[in-house]
Amino acid sequence: MSNTDITLARDNYGSSIWSFLIKEFKPKNKFFTPFNIISIPIMLLGLGIIVIRFWKGIGSVTNLTQEVPWGLWIGFDVVTGVAFAGGAYVITFMVYILNMRNFRSIVRVTVLNGFLAYIFYAGALLLDLGRPWNVINPIIGNGFGTSSVLFLVAWHFLLYILAMLIEFSPVVAEWLGARRARFILSGMTVGAVIFGITLSTLHQSGLGALYLMAKDKIHPLWYSEFIPILFFVSSIFAGLSMVIFEGSISNKVFFRQIDKKNHTQHNTIIHSLSKICAGAMFAYLFLQVLVFVHGKHWDLLNSPMGFWYLTEMIGFVLVPMVLFFLSYRNTNILMIKVAAIITMLGIIINRLNISVIGFKWDAASHYVPSWMEIVVTLAVIFTEIWIFRWIINRMPVLRASPSWVKDKIPDQQ
Amino acid sequence: MGTNRRNFLKLLGTAGFTMAVGKSFGALAKKKSPVEFYGILYDSTLCIGCQACEYACAEEYGLQEPQDEPQIGVVRKTDETRRLVINSYDTSKGEQYIRVACNHCNQPACASACLTKAMLKTEEGPVIWREDKCMGCRYCMISCPFDIPKFEYHSANPKIQKCRMCYERIQDGKIPACVETCSEGALIFGKRSELLEIAKQRIYAEPEKYNHEIYGETEAGGTSVLYLASVPFHELGFNTKIQKTSYPELTKGFLYSVPAIFVLWPALLLGLRQATKDNHIKEIENE
Ligand code: SF4
Ligand code: SF4
Repeated sequence: MSNTDITLARDNYGSSIWSFLIKEFKPKNKFFTPFNIISIPIMLLGLGIIVIRFWKGIGSVTNLTQEVPWGLWIGFDVVTGVAFAGGAYVITFMVYILNMRNFRSIVRVTVLNGFLAYIFYAGALLLDLGRPWNVINPIIGNGFGTSSVLFLVAWHFLLYILAMLIEFSPVVAEWLGARRARFILSGMTVGAVIFGITLSTLHQSGLGALYLMAKDKIHPLWYSEFIPILFFVSSIFAGLSMVIFEGSISNKVFFRQIDKKNHTQHNTIIHSLSKICAGAMFAYLFLQVLVFVHGKHWDLLNSPMGFWYLTEMIGFVLVPMVLFFLSYRNTNILMIKVAAIITMLGIIINRLNISVIGFKWDAASHYVPSWMEIVVTLAVIFTEIWIFRWIINRMPVLRASPSWVKDKIPDQQ
Repeated sequence: MGTNRRNFLKLLGTAGFTMAVGKSFGALAKKKSPVEFYGILYDSTLCIGCQACEYACAEEYGLQEPQDEPQIGVVRKTDETRRLVINSYDTSKGEQYIRVACNHCNQPACASACLTKAMLKTEEGPVIWREDKCMGCRYCMISCPFDIPKFEYHSANPKIQKCRMCYERIQDGKIPACVETCSEGALIFGKRSELLEIAKQRIYAEPEKYNHEIYGETEAGGTSVLYLASVPFHELGFNTKIQKTSYPELTKGFLYSVPAIFVLWPALLLGLRQATKDNHIKEIENE
């Protein structure tokens, strides 16, 4: 360990970096909270199921079939989870590219959320890979499948995780009291943001493009050549709804972390986000209508799947869009939160309609996830929340940066 | 002269192996030379449903012997234990048999979907799966319009199972095991173009006997396995609505836009950032 490390850590806490880290690893809050009591057994159970999965094969814990090879773990964990993580690129776009500075107080928490979502949900992909030891092949070049959309998506996941790591790294440096490192790392933020937004545009739409070749397998009301664009546009309001939702919860749970100024600002932020959500949803709905008219599927509307389609479009896109719009005009924060929750449900429904429900909708037997798939999914989500909480309680994500930091958000150098 | 040109293009192709740019030249060269894939012609009118091909395939690849027989009303499917099945249908011309296995598409969806090139369209025509590359993502299964690749869900070291047109046998100068074993002549192996000729001749010679189409001639952009039958193919459980252009075509538009976005976006974003630099002053005033 070098001398500088010691001094750096002493800057903050007057002890060596190791004892500092050990101290930080100890739990900081009460252990027996309702959340812990629910989540711990599920995480342990999930771990057990994962062991069985690697020991006996994917079929021993999932209900996947030869006709439906992608189920909940891909359709929900990856495809839906990544849409929700879209908030990170939208918020960084607004703050660093459009210079909308009043969103600065939520940049860090959103990036952290996005980063963890990618780590865990893309990580869930490893569980679903039959031969995960070969996962590095497309990276080391044991076959560059450049004609594959999945190749593109895989690379983008990897690069985007790196970009978000760079975006978040100044926070870690502040936590460790590493002043020089923070200075260098924050200089890289804007580059990482620009790179990250580009990557996000491509892989948010890429996730939709994955399904382009499954033309005969997806219900025609959900299949169109425009899936990539629809996925991209919907990731904007999916991500922002998640920001609203997560922000409201964090505001309650971590209220001690948040300084007064940001507390009051939070409602202003939610308020302006609702306008953006309403706009993006309007564009999305407009596109959906165009796609529908273009597809000439009027006859399909009068069928169970048709009703389901209308439910999605009206109940989970049109309604929350109107709610967002109205609550923006009347500054009704509660209604914004309700709209965000409906929107998130709508995104889950939409992604599952393409990847699971509408996939081989006409087959004799349907895929329904097994309870073990659901438990593993929950375990993944809970683990993510644990890590999220651990970081929030230690690093200056919601709370203000240490006093030696001059620019709270690295920018304008 | 023709060969000269081809040699030249070949040279370009080889040279391209070392350079990324040259590589696309290589692809061009390949497209220009007439594609001479091998294929299999299956004539349903000659098939007696004896399953000899199924047995031969199982033996060749160490899979379990067929456990059931073709039966009207039962759709047998290929799965992780069998790469080839014969089915029986009650058609407008009585009971007919049909063979189901990988069609070895000319432009296979599975191979273009594979992110490691584990699934590969060989120059000879067979589409083969390679164990050392595959990561088991099953994207090939999502993409194949014929639902052919099958996955060993109950193995800790799962493989993709599908017909490989006995690629290794072909390289040794032999013909696929199923073709070799068929005593009725319902299966023939050869160059795809020649098989197409034979199929057409059969239809011309006996127009009453045959349904006038060759399944695989244009389906999914053309496949290396071709089918003849006495009845329309939907009566034999085939998907006749399958598109006539290749499936990889469906993702081309998206993939082509990727480099453009990679160049345009960062420039655009930087520009926007400069243009909005003073915005925050206005916004703060607004609040
Ligand atoms: S039939 Fe399916 S598995 Fe066979 S080559 Fe075509 S796309 Fe690939
Ligand atoms: S399962 Fe294997 S062969 Fe199929 S696409 Fe994935 S890596 Fe390729």
